[in-house]
Amino acid sequence: MKLVIAYIRPEKLNDVKQSLFKAEILKISVSNALGCGEEPNYFENYRGAGAEVDLHKRVRVEAAVNDQFVAKVIDAIIAGAQTGGVGDGKIFVLPIDDCVRIRTGERGNVAIG
Amino acid sequence: MMKTPRRLLFSSLIVFGITAPAFGQDAAPMTYEFMIGNVWMLFATALVFVMHLGFACLEAGLTRAKNTVNILTKNIGIVAIGVLTYAIIGFNLMYPGDAFVGKLFGFGGFGIGTDAAGVTPAYNEGYTYWTDFIFQAMFAATAATIVSGAVAERVKIGSFLIFTTFYVALIYPIIGMWEWGEGFLDSKGFHDFAGSTIVHSVGGWGALAGVIVLGPRIGKYVNGGVRPIMGHSLPLATIGAFLLWFGWFGFNGGSVLSADPAGISLVFVTTTLGAAAGIVGAMATSWIIQKKPDLTMVLNGSLAGLVGITAGADVITPMESIIIGAVAGVIVVLSVLLIDRLRLDDPVGAISVHLVCGIWGTLAVGLFAAGDGRSFLVQAMGVGLTALVCFPAALLIFFLLKITIGLRVTPEEETLGLDIGEHGMEAYAGFEIFTTQ
Repeated sequence: MKLVIAYIRPEKLNDVKQSLFKAEILKISVSNALGCGEEPNYFENYRGAGAEVDLHKRVRVEAAVNDQFVAKVIDAIIAGAQTGGVGDGKIFVLPIDDCVRIRTGERGNVAIG
Repeated sequence: MMKTPRRLLFSSLIVFGITAPAFGQDAAPMTYEFMIGNVWMLFATALVFVMHLGFACLEAGLTRAKNTVNILTKNIGIVAIGVLTYAIIGFNLMYPGDAFVGKLFGFGGFGIGTDAAGVTPAYNEGYTYWTDFIFQAMFAATAATIVSGAVAERVKIGSFLIFTTFYVALIYPIIGMWEWGEGFLDSKGFHDFAGSTIVHSVGGWGALAGVIVLGPRIGKYVNGGVRPIMGHSLPLATIGAFLLWFGWFGFNGGSVLSADPAGISLVFVTTTLGAAAGIVGAMATSWIIQKKPDLTMVLNGSLAGLVGITAGADVITPMESIIIGAVAGVIVVLSVLLIDRLRLDDPVGAISVHLVCGIWGTLAVGLFAAGDGRSFLVQAMGVGLTALVCFPAALLIFFLLKITIGLRVTPEEETLGLDIGEHGMEAYAGFEIFTTQ
Protein backbone atom coordinates (compact mmCIF):
# COMPACT_ATOMS: atom_id res chain seq x y z
CA MET A 1 0.00 0.00 0.00
CA LYS A 2 1.24 3.44 -0.90
CA LEU A 3 0.19 7.00 -0.15
CA VAL A 4 0.60 9.29 -3.15
CA ILE A 5 0.74 12.99 -2.23
CA ALA A 6 0.77 15.58 -4.99
CA TYR A 7 1.12 19.37 -4.68
CA ILE A 8 -0.44 20.92 -7.75
CA ARG A 9 -1.51 24.33 -9.07
CA PRO A 10 -4.98 25.21 -7.69
CA GLU A 11 -6.30 25.88 -11.19
CA LYS A 12 -5.28 22.36 -12.30
CA LEU A 13 -7.33 20.56 -9.66
CA ASN A 14 -10.26 19.92 -11.95
CA ASP A 15 -8.01 18.50 -14.70
CA VAL A 16 -6.28 16.23 -12.17
CA LYS A 17 -9.60 15.04 -10.81
CA GLN A 18 -10.85 14.26 -14.32
CA SER A 19 -7.77 12.29 -15.28
CA LEU A 20 -7.77 10.38 -11.97
CA PHE A 21 -11.43 9.45 -12.46
CA LYS A 22 -10.68 8.39 -16.04
CA ALA A 23 -7.99 6.08 -14.61
CA GLU A 24 -10.65 4.80 -12.17
CA ILE A 25 -8.94 6.27 -9.13
CA LEU A 26 -12.07 7.38 -7.32
CA LYS A 27 -10.89 7.84 -3.73
CA ILE A 28 -8.91 11.00 -3.11
CA SER A 29 -8.73 13.77 -0.56
CA VAL A 30 -7.95 17.40 -1.33
CA SER A 31 -6.79 20.28 0.89
CA ASN A 32 -5.35 23.76 0.53
CA ALA A 33 -1.64 24.25 1.01
CA LEU A 34 1.02 26.96 0.87
CA GLY A 35 4.48 26.24 -0.33
CA CYS A 36 7.65 27.49 -1.95
CA GLY A 37 9.93 25.93 -4.51
CA GLU A 38 11.60 27.30 -7.61
CA GLU A 39 8.74 29.58 -8.62
CA PRO A 40 9.76 33.25 -8.27
CA ASN A 41 8.26 35.31 -5.45
CA TYR A 42 5.76 38.07 -6.08
CA PHE A 43 5.15 41.36 -4.31
CA GLU A 44 2.16 42.78 -2.49
CA ASN A 45 1.77 46.43 -1.57
CA TYR A 46 -0.67 47.46 1.16
CA ARG A 47 -0.94 51.13 2.05
CA GLY A 48 2.62 51.80 0.94
CA ALA A 49 4.21 48.92 2.82
CA GLY A 50 5.59 46.26 0.49
CA ALA A 51 5.83 42.57 1.24
CA GLU A 52 7.50 39.77 -0.71
CA VAL A 53 5.22 36.75 -0.92
CA ASP A 54 7.29 33.55 -1.07
CA LEU A 55 4.56 31.08 -0.16
CA HIS A 56 2.42 30.26 -3.16
CA LYS A 57 -1.07 28.84 -3.01
CA ARG A 58 -1.19 25.17 -3.92
CA VAL A 59 -3.62 22.29 -3.62
CA ARG A 60 -2.63 19.00 -2.04
CA VAL A 61 -4.17 15.84 -3.54
CA GLU A 62 -3.78 12.56 -1.69
CA ALA A 63 -4.61 9.08 -2.88
CA ALA A 64 -3.97 5.90 -0.84
CA VAL A 65 -3.78 2.90 -3.17
CA ASN A 66 -2.54 -0.68 -3.46
CA ASP A 67 0.92 -1.00 -5.00
CA GLN A 68 -0.22 -1.98 -8.50
CA PHE A 69 -2.17 1.31 -8.87
CA VAL A 70 0.70 3.68 -8.00
CA ALA A 71 1.91 4.09 -11.60
CA LYS A 72 -1.62 4.82 -12.81
CA VAL A 73 -2.10 7.52 -10.15
CA ILE A 74 1.19 9.19 -10.98
CA ASP A 75 0.49 9.18 -14.72
CA ALA A 76 -2.97 10.61 -14.17
CA ILE A 77 -1.71 13.42 -11.94
CA ILE A 78 1.00 14.35 -14.42
CA ALA A 79 -1.51 14.28 -17.26
CA GLY A 80 -3.78 16.65 -15.41
CA ALA A 81 -1.32 18.97 -13.67
CA GLN A 82 1.55 19.44 -16.10
CA THR A 83 1.90 22.85 -17.79
CA GLY A 84 5.65 22.70 -18.36
CA GLY A 85 6.25 25.83 -16.32
CA VAL A 86 8.18 26.20 -13.07
CA GLY A 87 5.80 25.61 -10.17
CA ASP A 88 3.88 22.61 -11.54
CA GLY A 89 4.48 20.86 -8.22
CA LYS A 90 5.76 17.52 -6.93
CA ILE A 91 4.50 14.02 -6.25
CA PHE A 92 5.63 12.02 -3.22
CA VAL A 93 5.06 8.31 -2.73
CA LEU A 94 5.13 6.97 0.83
CA PRO A 95 4.68 3.43 2.22
CA ILE A 96 1.55 2.79 4.33
CA ASP A 97 1.80 0.51 7.39
CA ASP A 98 -1.88 -0.25 7.63
CA CYS A 99 -5.31 0.95 6.59
CA VAL A 100 -8.62 0.56 8.46
CA ARG A 101 -12.12 1.07 7.05
CA ILE A 102 -13.95 2.62 9.99
CA ARG A 103 -17.42 1.46 8.91
CA THR A 104 -16.57 -2.26 8.94
CA GLY A 105 -13.28 -2.59 10.77
CA GLU A 106 -11.66 -4.24 7.69
CA ARG A 107 -7.88 -3.82 7.46
CA GLY A 108 -5.08 -3.74 4.89
CA ASN A 109 -5.45 -4.22 1.13
CA VAL A 110 -9.18 -4.95 1.42
CA ALA A 111 -9.84 -1.73 3.26
CA ILE A 112 -7.96 0.54 0.91
CA GLY A 113 -9.72 -0.33 -2.37
CA MET B 1 -24.07 74.75 11.63
CA MET B 2 -24.49 77.74 13.97
CA LYS B 3 -28.00 77.83 15.21
CA THR B 4 -30.15 80.91 15.17
CA PRO B 5 -29.69 82.54 18.56
CA ARG B 6 -32.54 81.40 20.77
CA ARG B 7 -33.04 84.70 22.52
CA LEU B 8 -33.65 86.49 19.21
CA LEU B 9 -36.18 84.07 17.89
CA PHE B 10 -39.25 85.41 19.60
CA SER B 11 -38.75 88.86 18.14
CA SER B 12 -37.54 87.96 14.67
CA LEU B 13 -40.02 85.31 13.67
CA ILE B 14 -41.21 85.40 10.11
CA VAL B 15 -44.35 83.37 9.91
CA PHE B 16 -46.10 82.45 6.72
CA GLY B 17 -48.21 79.64 5.36
CA ILE B 18 -50.85 77.72 7.25
CA THR B 19 -51.71 78.28 10.83
CA ALA B 20 -51.87 75.16 12.96
CA PRO B 21 -52.93 74.79 16.59
CA ALA B 22 -50.48 76.43 18.93
CA PHE B 23 -49.12 74.66 21.97
CA GLY B 24 -49.15 76.99 24.91
CA GLN B 25 -49.89 80.66 25.01
CA ASP B 26 -46.59 82.16 23.79
CA ALA B 27 -45.99 79.52 21.11
CA ALA B 28 -45.78 80.58 17.47
CA PRO B 29 -48.17 79.03 14.91
CA MET B 30 -47.04 76.04 12.85
CA THR B 31 -45.81 76.70 9.31
CA TYR B 32 -44.97 74.51 6.34
CA GLU B 33 -41.40 75.72 6.66
CA PHE B 34 -41.27 74.44 10.22
CA MET B 35 -42.89 71.08 9.53
CA ILE B 36 -40.94 70.24 6.37
CA GLY B 37 -37.72 71.49 7.93
CA ASN B 38 -38.31 69.34 10.98
CA VAL B 39 -38.90 66.21 8.88
CA TRP B 40 -35.77 66.88 6.86
CA MET B 41 -33.69 67.38 10.01
CA LEU B 42 -34.91 64.10 11.51
CA PHE B 43 -34.17 62.29 8.25
CA ALA B 44 -30.70 63.84 8.23
CA THR B 45 -30.28 62.63 11.83
CA ALA B 46 -31.02 59.08 10.69
CA LEU B 47 -28.46 59.46 7.88
CA VAL B 48 -25.80 60.59 10.36
CA PHE B 49 -26.72 57.56 12.47
CA VAL B 50 -25.91 55.30 9.49
CA MET B 51 -22.39 56.76 9.44
CA HIS B 52 -21.70 54.77 12.60
CA LEU B 53 -22.41 51.58 10.68
CA GLY B 54 -20.07 52.91 8.01
CA PHE B 55 -17.30 53.45 10.55
CA ALA B 56 -17.90 49.98 12.02
CA CYS B 57 -17.63 48.30 8.59
CA LEU B 58 -14.62 50.36 7.48
CA GLU B 59 -12.65 49.77 10.67
CA ALA B 60 -13.50 46.07 10.85
CA GLY B 61 -12.54 45.57 7.21
CA LEU B 62 -9.21 47.35 7.49
CA THR B 63 -8.07 45.34 10.53
CA ARG B 64 -7.39 41.68 11.10
CA ALA B 65 -10.05 38.99 11.55
CA LYS B 66 -8.84 38.25 15.08
CA ASN B 67 -9.79 41.76 16.29
CA THR B 68 -13.21 42.08 14.66
CA VAL B 69 -15.42 41.48 17.71
CA ASN B 70 -13.35 44.08 19.56
CA ILE B 71 -13.67 46.79 16.94
CA LEU B 72 -17.40 46.21 16.50
CA THR B 73 -17.95 46.34 20.27
CA LYS B 74 -16.09 49.65 20.40
CA ASN B 75 -18.14 51.08 17.56
CA ILE B 76 -21.55 50.27 19.00
CA GLY B 77 -20.40 51.27 22.48
CA ILE B 78 -19.30 54.68 21.24
CA VAL B 79 -22.71 55.52 19.75
CA ALA B 80 -24.34 54.74 23.08
CA ILE B 81 -21.79 56.70 25.12
CA GLY B 82 -21.96 59.62 22.68
CA VAL B 83 -25.74 59.95 22.81
CA LEU B 84 -26.03 59.37 26.57
CA THR B 85 -23.32 61.83 27.58
CA TYR B 86 -24.71 64.37 25.15
CA ALA B 87 -28.12 64.09 26.84
CA ILE B 88 -26.68 64.36 30.34
CA ILE B 89 -24.11 67.12 29.83
CA GLY B 90 -22.89 67.61 26.25
CA PHE B 91 -25.83 69.42 24.68
CA ASN B 92 -25.89 72.06 27.39
CA LEU B 93 -22.11 72.49 27.23
CA MET B 94 -22.20 73.01 23.49
CA TYR B 95 -25.33 75.16 23.39
CA PRO B 96 -25.46 76.92 26.75
CA GLY B 97 -27.96 79.44 25.39
CA ASP B 98 -28.42 82.31 27.78
CA ALA B 99 -26.45 80.55 30.50
CA PHE B 100 -23.16 81.98 29.32
CA VAL B 101 -20.20 82.52 31.56
CA GLY B 102 -18.30 83.84 28.58
CA LYS B 103 -17.41 83.13 25.00
CA LEU B 104 -14.99 80.34 25.99
CA PHE B 105 -17.16 78.18 28.19
CA GLY B 106 -20.80 77.93 29.15
CA PHE B 107 -23.07 75.35 30.73
CA GLY B 108 -26.86 75.26 30.65
CA GLY B 109 -27.33 72.61 33.34
CA PHE B 110 -27.63 68.83 33.37
CA GLY B 111 -30.10 66.88 31.27
CA ILE B 112 -32.43 67.89 28.46
CA GLY B 113 -35.99 69.11 28.39
CA THR B 114 -38.11 71.89 27.01
CA ASP B 115 -41.29 73.83 27.56
CA ALA B 116 -44.24 73.90 25.17
CA ALA B 117 -42.62 76.58 23.01
CA GLY B 118 -39.70 74.22 22.34
CA VAL B 119 -41.78 72.16 19.93
CA THR B 120 -43.07 75.11 17.91
CA PRO B 121 -41.49 77.59 15.49
CA ALA B 122 -40.87 79.74 18.54
CA TYR B 123 -37.79 77.56 19.21
CA ASN B 124 -36.49 77.61 15.65
CA GLU B 125 -38.08 78.18 12.28
CA GLY B 126 -36.77 74.82 11.00
CA TYR B 127 -37.03 72.27 13.81
CA THR B 128 -38.11 71.49 17.37
CA TYR B 129 -35.95 71.34 20.49
CA TRP B 130 -36.01 67.53 20.38
CA THR B 131 -34.89 67.45 16.75
CA ASP B 132 -32.13 69.88 17.62
CA PHE B 133 -30.89 67.64 20.41
CA ILE B 134 -31.01 64.33 18.55
CA PHE B 135 -29.30 65.73 15.43
CA GLN B 136 -26.49 67.22 17.51
CA ALA B 137 -26.22 64.07 19.65
CA MET B 138 -25.68 61.94 16.55
CA PHE B 139 -22.84 64.30 15.56
CA ALA B 140 -21.17 64.10 18.95
CA ALA B 141 -20.60 60.37 18.74
CA THR B 142 -18.87 60.60 15.36
CA ALA B 143 -15.97 62.56 16.87
CA ALA B 144 -15.18 59.69 19.24
CA THR B 145 -15.62 57.01 16.59
CA ILE B 146 -12.76 58.57 14.64
CA VAL B 147 -10.36 57.66 17.45
CA SER B 148 -11.47 54.03 17.50
CA GLY B 149 -9.91 53.06 14.17
CA ALA B 150 -6.55 54.66 14.91
CA VAL B 151 -6.02 52.82 18.19
CA ALA B 152 -7.38 49.53 16.86
CA GLU B 153 -5.88 46.09 17.47
CA ARG B 154 -4.01 46.97 20.67
CA VAL B 155 -6.04 49.21 22.99
CA LYS B 156 -7.80 47.78 26.04
CA ILE B 157 -11.56 47.97 25.52
CA GLY B 158 -12.30 49.34 29.02
CA SER B 159 -9.65 52.05 28.84
CA PHE B 160 -10.83 53.09 25.39
CA LEU B 161 -14.44 53.44 26.50
CA ILE B 162 -13.35 55.58 29.47
CA PHE B 163 -11.35 57.81 27.11
CA THR B 164 -14.37 58.10 24.81
CA THR B 165 -16.65 59.08 27.69
CA PHE B 166 -14.44 61.98 28.81
CA TYR B 167 -13.55 63.13 25.30
CA VAL B 168 -17.08 63.17 23.95
CA ALA B 169 -18.71 64.45 27.14
CA LEU B 170 -16.32 67.34 27.76
CA ILE B 171 -13.81 68.16 25.02
CA TYR B 172 -16.06 67.87 21.96
CA PRO B 173 -18.91 70.09 23.29
CA ILE B 174 -16.55 72.76 24.61
CA ILE B 175 -14.81 73.11 21.25
CA GLY B 176 -18.17 72.92 19.49
CA MET B 177 -19.52 75.74 21.63
CA TRP B 178 -16.74 78.06 20.47
CA GLU B 179 -18.14 77.92 16.95
CA TRP B 180 -21.71 76.57 16.92
CA GLY B 181 -22.81 77.67 20.40
CA GLU B 182 -22.19 81.38 19.84
CA GLY B 183 -18.68 81.20 21.30
CA PHE B 184 -15.70 83.39 20.49
CA LEU B 185 -14.64 81.64 17.26
CA ASP B 186 -18.07 82.35 15.83
CA SER B 187 -17.90 86.02 16.78
CA LYS B 188 -14.47 86.26 15.08
CA GLY B 189 -15.99 85.04 11.81
CA PHE B 190 -14.64 81.47 11.86
CA HIS B 191 -16.55 79.33 9.37
CA ASP B 192 -16.89 75.59 9.87
CA PHE B 193 -20.17 74.64 8.27
CA ALA B 194 -20.56 70.99 9.33
CA GLY B 195 -17.39 70.33 11.26
CA SER B 196 -14.12 69.79 9.35
CA THR B 197 -12.53 71.17 12.51
CA ILE B 198 -15.26 70.93 15.13
CA VAL B 199 -15.93 67.24 14.51
CA HIS B 200 -13.21 65.73 12.32
CA SER B 201 -10.11 67.49 13.61
CA VAL B 202 -11.31 67.11 17.19
CA GLY B 203 -11.54 63.36 16.58
CA GLY B 204 -8.29 63.41 14.64
CA TRP B 205 -6.32 65.03 17.47
CA GLY B 206 -7.65 62.34 19.80
CA ALA B 207 -6.54 59.70 17.29
CA LEU B 208 -3.03 61.17 17.03
CA ALA B 209 -2.65 61.33 20.81
CA GLY B 210 -3.85 57.75 21.17
CA VAL B 211 -1.44 56.44 18.54
CA ILE B 212 1.48 58.26 20.18
CA VAL B 213 0.75 57.02 23.71
CA LEU B 214 -0.04 53.45 22.59
CA GLY B 215 2.82 52.82 20.18
CA PRO B 216 2.65 50.67 17.05
CA ARG B 217 1.15 47.21 16.72
CA ILE B 218 3.53 44.27 17.11
CA GLY B 219 4.95 43.39 13.69
CA LYS B 220 4.32 46.76 12.07
CA TYR B 221 7.86 48.12 12.28
CA VAL B 222 10.50 45.40 12.13
CA ASN B 223 14.25 45.94 11.65
CA GLY B 224 13.76 49.51 10.48
CA GLY B 225 11.22 48.57 7.83
CA VAL B 226 7.47 49.12 7.57
CA ARG B 227 5.57 45.85 7.27
CA PRO B 228 2.05 45.64 5.87
CA ILE B 229 -0.63 44.38 8.26
CA MET B 230 -3.43 43.73 5.84
CA GLY B 231 -7.07 44.34 6.57
CA HIS B 232 -9.07 41.12 6.46
CA SER B 233 -12.09 42.26 4.43
CA LEU B 234 -11.82 44.90 1.77
CA PRO B 235 -15.43 44.25 0.69
CA LEU B 236 -16.52 45.20 4.23
CA ALA B 237 -14.26 48.28 4.18
CA THR B 238 -15.78 49.32 0.85
CA ILE B 239 -19.32 48.96 2.19
CA GLY B 240 -18.20 51.14 5.10
CA ALA B 241 -16.89 53.89 2.83
CA PHE B 242 -20.11 53.89 0.79
CA LEU B 243 -22.22 54.05 3.96
CA LEU B 244 -20.17 56.98 5.26
CA TRP B 245 -20.68 58.83 1.98
CA PHE B 246 -24.42 58.06 2.18
CA GLY B 247 -24.57 59.33 5.76
CA TRP B 248 -22.67 62.47 4.79
CA PHE B 249 -25.73 63.71 2.90
CA GLY B 250 -27.30 64.04 6.34
CA PHE B 251 -24.12 65.26 8.01
CA ASN B 252 -23.74 68.16 5.58
CA GLY B 253 -27.31 68.39 4.29
CA GLY B 254 -28.70 68.48 7.81
CA SER B 255 -26.22 71.14 8.84
CA VAL B 256 -28.20 73.61 6.74
CA LEU B 257 -30.54 73.38 9.76
CA SER B 258 -33.63 73.78 7.61
CA ALA B 259 -35.09 72.36 4.42
CA ASP B 260 -34.13 75.55 2.58
CA PRO B 261 -34.20 74.34 -1.06
CA ALA B 262 -31.28 76.49 -2.21
CA GLY B 263 -29.15 75.51 0.78
CA ILE B 264 -29.62 71.76 0.88
CA SER B 265 -29.43 71.25 -2.87
CA LEU B 266 -26.14 73.15 -3.16
CA VAL B 267 -24.72 71.24 -0.20
CA PHE B 268 -25.66 67.88 -1.79
CA VAL B 269 -23.81 68.93 -4.94
CA THR B 270 -20.64 70.21 -3.24
CA THR B 271 -20.57 67.18 -0.91
CA THR B 272 -20.86 64.69 -3.77
CA LEU B 273 -18.36 66.47 -6.01
CA GLY B 274 -15.90 66.69 -3.12
CA ALA B 275 -16.10 62.95 -2.47
CA ALA B 276 -15.80 62.12 -6.18
CA ALA B 277 -12.79 64.39 -6.63
CA GLY B 278 -11.22 62.90 -3.49
CA ILE B 279 -11.50 59.44 -5.00
CA VAL B 280 -9.90 60.51 -8.27
CA GLY B 281 -7.15 62.46 -6.47
CA ALA B 282 -6.30 59.54 -4.19
CA MET B 283 -6.45 56.98 -6.99
CA ALA B 284 -4.09 59.01 -9.18
CA THR B 285 -1.65 59.66 -6.33
CA SER B 286 -1.66 56.05 -5.22
CA TRP B 287 -1.22 54.85 -8.82
CA ILE B 288 1.82 57.08 -9.31
CA ILE B 289 3.53 56.44 -5.98
CA GLN B 290 2.58 52.81 -5.34
CA LYS B 291 2.61 51.83 -9.03
CA LYS B 292 -0.88 50.31 -8.70
CA PRO B 293 -4.09 51.85 -7.33
CA ASP B 294 -4.50 50.76 -3.69
CA LEU B 295 -8.21 50.26 -2.92
CA THR B 296 -7.74 51.19 0.74
CA MET B 297 -6.18 54.49 -0.33
CA VAL B 298 -9.06 55.13 -2.74
CA LEU B 299 -11.56 54.50 0.08
CA ASN B 300 -9.59 56.91 2.27
CA GLY B 301 -9.71 59.34 -0.67
CA SER B 302 -13.50 59.37 -0.76
CA LEU B 303 -13.62 60.17 2.95
CA ALA B 304 -10.82 62.72 2.61
CA GLY B 305 -12.84 64.56 -0.03
CA LEU B 306 -15.89 64.51 2.23
CA VAL B 307 -13.99 65.75 5.29
CA GLY B 308 -12.34 68.44 3.16
CA ILE B 309 -15.64 69.72 1.79
CA THR B 310 -17.43 69.73 5.15
CA ALA B 311 -16.17 73.10 6.41
CA GLY B 312 -17.25 75.06 3.37
CA ALA B 313 -20.00 72.98 1.73
CA ASP B 314 -22.44 75.91 1.98
CA VAL B 315 -20.19 78.76 0.80
CA ILE B 316 -18.04 77.31 -1.98
CA THR B 317 -19.00 76.80 -5.60
CA PRO B 318 -19.31 73.32 -7.10
CA MET B 319 -16.16 73.88 -9.20
CA GLU B 320 -14.23 74.87 -6.06
CA SER B 321 -15.52 71.78 -4.28
CA ILE B 322 -13.88 69.64 -6.99
CA ILE B 323 -10.53 71.35 -6.34
CA ILE B 324 -10.86 71.03 -2.56
CA GLY B 325 -11.84 67.36 -2.83
CA ALA B 326 -9.08 66.50 -5.28
CA VAL B 327 -6.42 68.17 -3.13
CA ALA B 328 -7.76 66.27 -0.12
CA GLY B 329 -7.43 63.03 -2.08
CA VAL B 330 -3.79 63.77 -2.89
CA ILE B 331 -3.04 64.91 0.67
CA VAL B 332 -4.54 61.84 2.29
CA VAL B 333 -2.34 59.39 0.38
CA LEU B 334 0.83 61.39 1.06
CA SER B 335 -0.17 61.73 4.70
CA VAL B 336 -0.81 58.00 5.18
CA LEU B 337 2.63 57.24 3.73
CA LEU B 338 4.34 59.94 5.80
CA ILE B 339 2.65 59.01 9.07
CA ASP B 340 3.76 55.41 8.53
CA ARG B 341 7.34 56.59 8.01
CA LEU B 342 7.09 58.54 11.28
CA ARG B 343 6.41 55.21 13.04
CA LEU B 344 2.87 56.31 13.91
CA ASP B 345 0.77 53.21 13.40
CA ASP B 346 -2.75 54.19 12.32
CA PRO B 347 -4.37 51.00 10.92
CA VAL B 348 -7.24 52.75 9.10
CA GLY B 349 -5.71 56.14 8.22
CA ALA B 350 -7.95 58.08 10.63
CA ILE B 351 -5.32 60.73 11.36
CA SER B 352 -4.80 61.43 7.67
CA VAL B 353 -8.49 61.46 6.76
CA HIS B 354 -9.96 63.33 9.70
CA LEU B 355 -7.17 65.45 11.14
CA VAL B 356 -5.06 66.34 8.11
CA CYS B 357 -7.97 66.73 5.68
CA GLY B 358 -10.08 68.41 8.38
CA ILE B 359 -7.38 71.06 8.67
CA TRP B 360 -7.18 71.32 4.87
CA GLY B 361 -10.95 71.75 4.54
CA THR B 362 -11.04 74.44 7.22
CA LEU B 363 -8.17 76.39 5.64
CA ALA B 364 -9.72 75.91 2.19
CA VAL B 365 -12.69 78.03 3.29
CA GLY B 366 -10.23 80.88 3.86
CA LEU B 367 -8.60 80.25 0.47
CA PHE B 368 -11.73 79.89 -1.66
CA ALA B 369 -14.48 81.68 0.22
CA ALA B 370 -12.84 84.56 2.04
CA GLY B 371 -14.84 87.74 2.50
CA ASP B 372 -18.26 88.20 4.07
CA GLY B 373 -16.54 88.04 7.48
CA ARG B 374 -14.42 84.99 6.61
CA SER B 375 -10.63 85.09 6.37
CA PHE B 376 -7.75 82.65 6.06
CA LEU B 377 -6.20 83.98 9.25
CA VAL B 378 -9.27 83.32 11.37
CA GLN B 379 -9.65 79.85 9.82
CA ALA B 380 -6.02 79.12 10.76
CA MET B 381 -6.62 80.48 14.24
CA GLY B 382 -9.56 78.10 14.69
CA VAL B 383 -7.43 75.17 13.58
CA GLY B 384 -4.63 76.18 15.95
CA LEU B 385 -6.81 76.75 19.00
CA THR B 386 -8.60 73.44 18.47
CA ALA B 387 -5.21 71.73 18.39
CA LEU B 388 -4.13 73.60 21.50
CA VAL B 389 -7.01 72.19 23.54
CA CYS B 390 -7.75 68.81 21.99
CA PHE B 391 -4.28 67.35 21.56
CA PRO B 392 -3.00 68.01 25.12
CA ALA B 393 -6.37 66.99 26.61
CA ALA B 394 -6.40 63.70 24.69
CA LEU B 395 -2.72 63.07 25.54
CA LEU B 396 -3.49 63.68 29.20
CA ILE B 397 -6.48 61.33 29.31
CA PHE B 398 -4.57 58.58 27.48
CA PHE B 399 -1.50 59.06 29.67
CA LEU B 400 -3.53 58.94 32.90
CA LEU B 401 -5.18 55.72 31.70
CA LYS B 402 -1.78 54.29 30.82
CA ILE B 403 -0.31 54.86 34.29
CA THR B 404 -3.45 53.76 36.17
CA ILE B 405 -5.48 50.91 34.68
CA GLY B 406 -3.26 50.43 31.62
CA LEU B 407 -4.00 51.35 28.03
CA ARG B 408 -2.56 48.49 26.01
CA VAL B 409 -3.19 44.76 26.05
CA THR B 410 -0.31 42.35 26.74
CA PRO B 411 1.85 41.25 23.79
CA GLU B 412 0.47 37.72 24.24
CA GLU B 413 -3.10 38.97 23.96
CA GLU B 414 -2.27 41.17 20.99
CA THR B 415 -0.77 38.19 19.16
CA LEU B 416 -3.68 35.92 20.00
CA GLY B 417 -6.17 38.62 19.05
CA LEU B 418 -8.29 40.98 21.13
CA ASP B 419 -11.43 39.02 20.29
CA ILE B 420 -10.31 36.14 22.49
CA GLY B 421 -8.36 38.27 24.97
CA GLU B 422 -10.89 41.04 25.60
CA HIS B 423 -14.16 39.30 24.77
CA GLY B 424 -13.59 35.52 24.89
CA MET B 425 -15.29 35.04 21.54
CA GLU B 426 -14.45 35.04 17.88
CA ALA B 427 -16.04 36.95 15.01
CA TYR B 428 -16.07 34.12 12.49
CA ALA B 429 -16.78 30.96 14.50
CA GLY B 430 -17.03 28.06 12.09
CA PHE B 431 -14.96 29.75 9.40
CA GLU B 432 -11.34 28.97 8.76
CA ILE B 433 -9.23 32.08 9.37
CA PHE B 434 -5.69 31.92 8.08
CA THR B 435 -3.44 33.80 10.50
CA THR B 436 0.27 34.21 10.07
CA GLN B 437 0.76 37.54 11.81
